[in-house]
Amino acid sequence: MSRFTPASLDRRLLMERSVAGRRAVRMPASDVPRAQLPAASMLRRELDLPELSELELVRYFTLLSQLNFSIDTNFYPLGSCTMKYNPKLNDEMASLPGMAEIHPLQPAASVQGALRLMFELQEMLGEITGLPGVCLAPLAGAQGEYAGLLVARAYHRSRRDGERRVALIPDSAHGTNPASASMAGLEVVTVPSDASGNVDLGALKKAADGRAAVLMLTLPSTVGLFEQNVLDVTKTVHDAGGLVYADGANLNALLGMARLGDLGFDIAHSNLHKTFSTPHGGGGPGAGPVLVSAALADFLPTPVVTRTGDEYQLAAPKSTVGRLNGFHGSFGILVRAYAYIRTMGLEGMRQISENAIINANYIQAKLASDYDLAFAGRRSMHEVVFSAKRQKAKGVSALDIAKRLIDHGVHPPTMYFPLIVPEALMVEPTETESRETIDAFIDVMRKIAREVDEDPDVVRSAPHDTPNTRLDEATAARRPYLRWRGDGG
Amino acid sequence: MTTAPRQPARAPAQFSPYIPNTDDDRSAMLAAIGVEQFEELVLDIPSEKRFPKLKLRPAAAELDLAREIGELAARDQHAGRYACFLGAGAYRHFIPAVVKRLVARGEFMTSYTPYQPEVAQGTLQTAFEFQTLVAQLLGMEVANAGMYDGPTAFAEGALMACRVTHRGKLAVLGTVSPRMVEVLQSYTRSQGVSVEVLSEDEHEVPGDAAALLIQSPNGVGIVEDLAGLAKAAHDSGALAVASVNPTSAALFRSPGECDVDIATAEGQALGVPLGFGGPYVGLFACKAEHVRQMPGRIVGRTTDTRGNIGYVLTLQTREQHIRRERATSNICTSTQLVGLSVTAYLATMGKKGLREVAELCYHKAHYAAEMIYRIPGYSLPVAGTFFNEFVVGCPVPPREINERLLEAGTIGGLDVSDRVPDGMLFCVTEMNTKEEIDALGAALREIGAGLR
Repeated sequence: MSRFTPASLDRRLLMERSVAGRRAVRMPASDVPRAQLPAASMLRRELDLPELSELELVRYFTLLSQLNFSIDTNFYPLGSCTMKYNPKLNDEMASLPGMAEIHPLQPAASVQGALRLMFELQEMLGEITGLPGVCLAPLAGAQGEYAGLLVARAYHRSRRDGERRVALIPDSAHGTNPASASMAGLEVVTVPSDASGNVDLGALKKAADGRAAVLMLTLPSTVGLFEQNVLDVTKTVHDAGGLVYADGANLNALLGMARLGDLGFDIAHSNLHKTFSTPHGGGGPGAGPVLVSAALADFLPTPVVTRTGDEYQLAAPKSTVGRLNGFHGSFGILVRAYAYIRTMGLEGMRQISENAIINANYIQAKLASDYDLAFAGRRSMHEVVFSAKRQKAKGVSALDIAKRLIDHGVHPPTMYFPLIVPEALMVEPTETESRETIDAFIDVMRKIAREVDEDPDVVRSAPHDTPNTRLDEATAARRPYLRWRGDGG
Repeated sequence: MTTAPRQPARAPAQFSPYIPNTDDDRSAMLAAIGVEQFEELVLDIPSEKRFPKLKLRPAAAELDLAREIGELAARDQHAGRYACFLGAGAYRHFIPAVVKRLVARGEFMTSYTPYQPEVAQGTLQTAFEFQTLVAQLLGMEVANAGMYDGPTAFAEGALMACRVTHRGKLAVLGTVSPRMVEVLQSYTRSQGVSVEVLSEDEHEVPGDAAALLIQSPNGVGIVEDLAGLAKAAHDSGALAVASVNPTSAALFRSPGECDVDIATAEGQALGVPLGFGGPYVGLFACKAEHVRQMPGRIVGRTTDTRGNIGYVLTLQTREQHIRRERATSNICTSTQLVGLSVTAYLATMGKKGLREVAELCYHKAHYAAEMIYRIPGYSLPVAGTFFNEFVVGCPVPPREINERLLEAGTIGGLDVSDRVPDGMLFCVTEMNTKEEIDALGAALREIGAGLR
C-alpha cells in the first residue's frame, strides 16, 4: 500500500473537486415538444450536485477503490463473514439483459426465464438445507431472521398459542438475533453457553417453558463449533412447544455435512452473500432467503415462486406474514447464487465445506502453541476462534494483532466477537484459499506472536503503511460530521 | 476438469476452479492436523445425520452454465428489446457506462462492511459521498449510508418517527401505493404500532399520530403538496415522513424545502438497472436533531493519529452489534455497493444532467398523456400535477390491453383498476423515444377502435 501513503493522496471530496460548468455526461435534446412546466412555486430553485469531467470521476473513484482491501486483492479471513472468492461468471450472468433489464411488475408470461431460475434456486436451497419451504424475498440475513420470526409467531397464533412471546438466544449469538427478535415483538431471554462452547442444556431446559416461541441457534456456533447436543437441543425446545430457528450465517460448514431440517430445525435463513459466494459489496447488497419446514410453508412472506405445469408465477402463501420489501428480493444476487450452486453441483457441494473445515483446522493446529484457543480440545468447523489473552497480559490486545496483520497485507479476522470469548480473534479462511496462502498467514501470525515479546510497540502502533493510521472513532461519534458542508469542516 | 467422481462421496483433485487445494494438499494438511481422514474432523455431527445424500444436478462447467443461464435470460422479454412503460416504484433510466464500470471494480465489489477503517477508506469515503449527495438531492440535513430499498426505508422512517415522538400510531395518506403500505404493515404490526390509512380526500392528521406518511409523486403519479402536508402533520405534533421519487427531486421542490422531517426514496432510479426488482437501495435522510434515532449505517469524518482526515462507521451505539435487542433497527448487511452506483450516477449526471433527465421525463410523459387523452375511449381520470407517471382510464380492462401490447412488442403500464376504474398507470422516462410513444398511441387507438 506504500504508494498510498497519506502525503501523496488527494482525498478531496466530489464537491471540493467540482468546477462550475464541467460535466461528465451530455443528455440528448428532447425529441418531443416541451410541455408547460408547473408554477415556479412548485419547482426546485437550486440543485447542488458536483460538476466534474468524466476522466476526473474515473480517477477519483479508481483511487478510492485502491484504498480498500478486498477478496480480489487480499487474504480476508474475517470470521463469520465467509469471505470466499466471488466468481466473475456470476456477475456476468446477472448482467445479461434478460436478467438485468426486466421490470419487477411485468406480466409473469414475459419473465418465465427469471421465474424459473428463482423456482429452481428455491428447490436447490430447500434440498441443501432439508427445509423445503423457501422464500427468496428477504434482502439480507437480518431481514431473513425477521421473516423467520414472523413465521414462528404466525404459526403459534394459528394454533391459538399466540401468547408465546419469548425468543431464547444463546449468549454467543450475533447481534442481529436479539435485534430481530425485538422487532418481531418477542422478549429476549439469554441462554448461557457451557465450558465446551455448547448451549448449556440444563439452562435451556429451564428456560424452555410454555412462553418460549422460538430458540435462535447459530450452527455451527459463532465460536466455530458444531453443537454437540444439537439433537437434544432441538428436542428440548420442541417438547416445550417451541420452534427452532437456525441462523444460517455459518452454513458454509454444513454443505453436504448435515441438513438443518434433519437436525430438527424448523426455520432458517441463509446469507447468499456468505455461503453462496455472492459479493459483499463493502456491506451489501446481500440476500437472506428464509427456509422453513413443509408444515410452516403457508406462513412464508410474499412472494414465492410456484409452478403450474410448465408455467411459473409469483404467489402469496396461503397464510402469509406479508410483504417485507418492494418486490421479489435481491434478484441480481439470486442469479449469482444459482450460478454458484450449479457450478459446484452435487459433487462440489460437499467439497466446499470439506475444504473450508480442513483449512480452519489446519490453522488451529499450526497456531495452537502461539495463541490460546477459545475452546481447547474441540475441533473447529469452518472457522477457528483464538483468544489473545496471553498477548493481552503482555500489553498487546486482539485489536493490535488485527491491525498488525494489515501491515502484512492480510485483512484482520473478526475481533471481540463472540462476546463470550475475551480478546477474540475469529479466523475463517474459507475453501477458496490455497495451502500456500494459509501457510503465509500462519507465518505472519507467528511473527506477530514473537513481536509481542520482542517489539510490542510495533504491534501496538500498527498499521504503519495505510492511507490512515488508527482513526479517532470517539470524536467521530461525539461530534458527528456526516456530510460535506462547504465550511471546511 | 469434469471427469466423473471416482467415488460417489468424493470428487477428484482440482475439481472446482474455485477450490485450489488438491488431494495432495489435503492429505498433507490432514496429517498436520493429526488425523487420517477428513471425517474425523466432523465427529460432532450425529453419525446418523452426517453426509446426507443430496439430490442436486451434477456440476456445470462455466461454458455450459453460461449457455444454460443465457437460455433462461433469452426467455424474458426485456426492456430495450421491448418498449417499456412500467414504473410504479422501479424506473428505467439511462445509466452512463462510467457508472457501471466503476461499480464493477473488485476492490469495491469484493470487500466487506468497513469494520477495519484503515483498509476500507475507499468504501467509507464513497459512503460519505453518498450521504452528502443524498442529503443535497433531498434538501435534508443528514442522510445515512443506505437502506435495503425504498419501501423498507419508508417503513423504517415510520418506526423512527414513533421513537422520536414516543407515539405508537401512524397515519398514512390514502394515496400511498398499496405495495408501500403492505411493507409498512409487515414492519409495524408485530411491534404493536397501529397504521391508519386515511381516505383519499382526508388530510386531517389524528392528534395522537407519530407521523403523517406521504408518497410524492403518489401511488397514482400525482405530486403532493408536501409543504402543506408537512404543516398539517406538525400542527398535530406529528412528524412528516415522505417518500419521493429521487429523479423528481431535481425538478420539484425537495422534501427539505417543504419542512419534511424524514425523507426516504427508492434509489434505484439513480443508476441502478431494473434487475427484476433488486438489489436496490433505500435513501434515508432526516433533520439533524433526530440523527441519533436514525436506523442503518452512518459514516462520519474524523482524523487519525497523525492528524490526517479519514472516515469511520459512527454512532454505532444505535446498531444491533452493540445495542442488540435495543438497537434502532436489526439492519446489518445493507446495500453499500448499490449506494455506490447512486453516488457515481449523481456525480456523473451532476448539477445540470440530473435536471435535464427530470425535464426529459416530464416532457415525454406529458406528450404521451396528451396523445392518449385524445384517443377515443381513453381518459385521464386523476387530476393534478404529475411528473413521469399518470393514470389512463381504459375502454377495456388494463390486463387485456397489456396482453395486446406485449404481442406488439411493448410492455404496458401497471394495472391499477383496484384503485381507479379500468385504470392503467403509465410511466415515461428519457429512455422512451418519440417513436415508441407514438407506437404506443397507435396500438391503444387500434385496441380502442376494435371495440366499436
